[in-house]
Amino acid sequence: MNLHSNRAAALAALALSLSLLTACGSDDSGSDSGSESGGGGGDVAMTMLPKNLGNPYFDTSTTGAETAADEVGATIEQVGPETGDDPAGQVPFINTVAQQGADGLIVSANDPQAICDAIGEARDAGVKVVTFDSDTNPDCRDLFINQATAEGIAAKQLELISEQIGGSGEIAILSAAANATNQNAWIEMMEAELESNPDYADIELVDTVYGDDQDQKSFDQTEALLQNHPDLKGIISPTTVGIAAAARYLSESESKGKVMLTGLGTPNQMRPFVEDGTVEAFALWNPGDLGYLAVHATQALVDGDITGEEGDTFEAGELGEFEVGADGVVLLGEPFTFNADNIDDFDF
Amino acid sequence: MTTPRTYSEFSRPLWMRLLLTRETAVIALTAAVVVYSLATVPNFDGPLTLKFLLQDIAPILLIALPMTLIIITGEIDLSVASIVGLSSVMLGVLHDNGLSVPVAALIALLVGAACGALNGFLVAYVGLPSLAVTIGTLALFRGIAVGLLGTKAVTEFTESWTDLATATLGSTNIPVVMVPFVVLALGFSLLLHFSTFGRGIYDIGLNDEAAHFTGVDVARTKWILFVLSGVVSAFAGIYYTLRFGSARGDNATGMELQVIAAVLLGGVSIFGGRGRLHGVIAGVVLIGVIASALRLERVTVNVTNIIIGLLLIASVISTPLLSWVATRLPRKAPPSEEPTPPKQATPAGV
Amino acid sequence: MTPHTDVRHADGTEASTSEVLLVEPSALSPARRITTTVLRSRELSIFLVLIAVTVVATLKNDSFLFSSDGWRNFLVNPSLLLLLAVGQAVVIITRNVDLSVGSIMALTAYLTGRLFIDQPGLPVVAVFALCILAGGVLGLVNGLLVAYFNVPALVITLGTLYIYRGIVLSWAGSDRINAGDLPSGFLALGNKAILTIPVLTIIALAVLAVVGYYLYTARGGREFYAIGSDPDAAVLYGLDVRRRVLAAFVLSGALAGLVGVLYTARYGTVSSGVGSGIELQAVAAVVIGGVAIFGGSGTVWGAAIGAFLLVTINRALPSLGIEDFWQRAVVGALILGAIVLDRVLANRQATKLAEAREMTA
Repeated sequence: MNLHSNRAAALAALALSLSLLTACGSDDSGSDSGSESGGGGGDVAMTMLPKNLGNPYFDTSTTGAETAADEVGATIEQVGPETGDDPAGQVPFINTVAQQGADGLIVSANDPQAICDAIGEARDAGVKVVTFDSDTNPDCRDLFINQATAEGIAAKQLELISEQIGGSGEIAILSAAANATNQNAWIEMMEAELESNPDYADIELVDTVYGDDQDQKSFDQTEALLQNHPDLKGIISPTTVGIAAAARYLSESESKGKVMLTGLGTPNQMRPFVEDGTVEAFALWNPGDLGYLAVHATQALVDGDITGEEGDTFEAGELGEFEVGADGVVLLGEPFTFNADNIDDFDF
Repeated sequence: MTTPRTYSEFSRPLWMRLLLTRETAVIALTAAVVVYSLATVPNFDGPLTLKFLLQDIAPILLIALPMTLIIITGEIDLSVASIVGLSSVMLGVLHDNGLSVPVAALIALLVGAACGALNGFLVAYVGLPSLAVTIGTLALFRGIAVGLLGTKAVTEFTESWTDLATATLGSTNIPVVMVPFVVLALGFSLLLHFSTFGRGIYDIGLNDEAAHFTGVDVARTKWILFVLSGVVSAFAGIYYTLRFGSARGDNATGMELQVIAAVLLGGVSIFGGRGRLHGVIAGVVLIGVIASALRLERVTVNVTNIIIGLLLIASVISTPLLSWVATRLPRKAPPSEEPTPPKQATPAGV
Repeated sequence: MTPHTDVRHADGTEASTSEVLLVEPSALSPARRITTTVLRSRELSIFLVLIAVTVVATLKNDSFLFSSDGWRNFLVNPSLLLLLAVGQAVVIITRNVDLSVGSIMALTAYLTGRLFIDQPGLPVVAVFALCILAGGVLGLVNGLLVAYFNVPALVITLGTLYIYRGIVLSWAGSDRINAGDLPSGFLALGNKAILTIPVLTIIALAVLAVVGYYLYTARGGREFYAIGSDPDAAVLYGLDVRRRVLAAFVLSGALAGLVGVLYTARYGTVSSGVGSGIELQAVAAVVIGGVAIFGGSGTVWGAAIGAFLLVTINRALPSLGIEDFWQRAVVGALILGAIVLDRVLANRQATKLAEAREMTA
């Protein structure tokens, strides 16, 4: 190596990196300026950490959260991993929140246990941690904002599919990620209900597959389900990404109308499929309300109005007053059924 | 006749030879980036930054050590991330079935060694190209890992072990995992620079046939390096699993590219025969610091990827590019010699 | 088998047909030569494996092949990987590798969506052309860096894999293209079939035929093989090595661009994670298909069959009672098996060639 190339290479690389870093550093990513070191003085800073980005369900909940943040005078930003199937994927973001000393972290957990250590470090740094949509172990976090009871959701799903397949036949479940707390809670409830309820004695659950909340994977898994179980009568997909992909596959296949599909879906994604007859009815709640409530709850924690104990009450803007239940759970409400009659009334 | 010029008269002074190397360039760059980040990036000077940074790059630091040696011999090992995943799954599955963490970890290390032995056997003794073999074992080991656990993850581990993985030394912010790393780094440095085995590694990289003829056991050396790579990758997998508290078949997917990027950035030549460990360590730290700083600046991960890609390409084309530029520059004429006397006419008939 | 030729071993015994094929092919009649070449080819053996897998899967489950969905999926799903494998095969034949195809595919898939959304009047053909062009340009960058700087393609395409993926992530952010944003005519392309053969498969097979024919018959095509088997000799012989390597990467990039468009037509939803990891599948398909990783041998037909085999095995595993989680392990085992087989066959061929020096006609 001759002298010129070494020195010049070092200088060139130095200049390149510095210029890149400067460009990135001055490029405000749009939402808000960096928080002051250590919480306290100034706006309350919150971070929203959904299971993954690019998921319309979480986009809606973040919009609701932003509305609430405006109301309480807090700043909120959304971060998250690209895919939701890796329990460890959320950890770097939680670490960053701890480093930045934000006031509140609102997270939908990909796994009940894996992120607990990271959350512990964040709480040590003074961050209030509230889970929503999908919980961690109760002692890891300060509060859990639950959209509906697991029993309620499971019962509603089975009710819908049973109606649509005429009370008997083979069904399968297309879930999201294998470790997701909420998915597993609902699936467990559904299996228990199928065992115990005499109305469902003729319905058999033949398979549970995982689409990891990724569109292509859910699409391919639906194809595999139909191929491997020729006698399948119904599919339950309690994930908005899964049901959208499954509906799209079904609407172009010869099983349309023969294999019934229900689950949890957003009205905007499902509208074309309800209109063309692929899907009859499905359920959900309003994710925007969920995010809205989560922010109000976090603000109440930060202000010291509540500590997360059972019996605490707090105000959540337009949604009214909420009370904290056992294990630090705050319940939003009940799931709502969408079908051809009412689907045009909603826009999310 | 002039006295012949000796090497010491032509070569550069010692300080130049020591400091003006590729590795120094990387170390200087890393230092500059750290200083710049401390000054401008909010919260970078906070207490947790060093801890998270080192915890994040620890697996890459560990695997980069044997990877450097393998690349110096002119081979490559793309299956390291899959071995990380497989050892993670072994740890999870065995622990789930009742074995304690240390015992499960030991078995995971043995599995890693076996994987490395397979790689080494196919490359060194059967003579297959390492690129193709390790692409195959990348798929095979990852496939076994995913096959064993499906898409589930084992996340219940004895707390004392997961705490150990995220603990720091005393009151400093240096994670405990740095201790085994420093030990391994010293070990590999001694191996590479102070043993005949290490000299053999460089020889193989420059020309493995010639190395063979000078008595280096090429096949055994390569085999040993692949086994080391397997063991260290398995160890990184154990650390990764305990740190995140999650054993999963897809853990560390894509990590091999990060390791190779860091190694090449650190001045190791992909053609083999050249490179040193301190440059590689600086390379890993550089990538880690850039990623950490950008995350704190709320810049998304993709920009980090673009920067790593650009750095990687810049580091490998800089040498040929600058050589080309240097050939175009006017050169100082070498100092003139006394003209040698013209050749005597040879007597006829010779 | 009597070869009906006069080629003999040194000791006077007759040489078998395969030996004659190796040493002096012109001694055989054309019909004989072609049949023996095909029968002993790697491509045929993989094709037979593909048939075997399909037969077994169909026996277990009729609808694997004999339902309209099953037939369509059997043909459409591998088509995307097939196109990538064809491009990758050409690059690998020249003794390089292209790891950036997944990222190129993601970029053009997102570009397709963006074009349809932002420029509603644009005809579908224009979108195809623009994306293929975009892919070609991205491949050109790879090619320039590899051909003119003499840097290993592994490193360059590793870097561009990061860079292109980063670009699509920055551009798309967490935005997604949804099926509802695309014109229905375009989406229908993903499922349309002519005479029961899906359009996507027809496109893939057409490209395969063109590239295969070029590689086999055109001088430019044969030069790829020359460069791959001995780059130094190619230079000395006067071949324009740089131009050919550049062309190989441009082709690989352009095909990846095409796959991006077809992906959008097939799946309808595009997010920035599209194509992650598909580059290794493409390399696997090529290696299984008989293309040596050190270049200079193999055919795109083999790569295509390799791609078909990989995807079909994945679909067939559940029918064979194996959870599809084990698919990657199967792929890994196949790659290793293919490489070892290649080495064994190459050694045998080397011995035969050495013996053949003593054969006389």
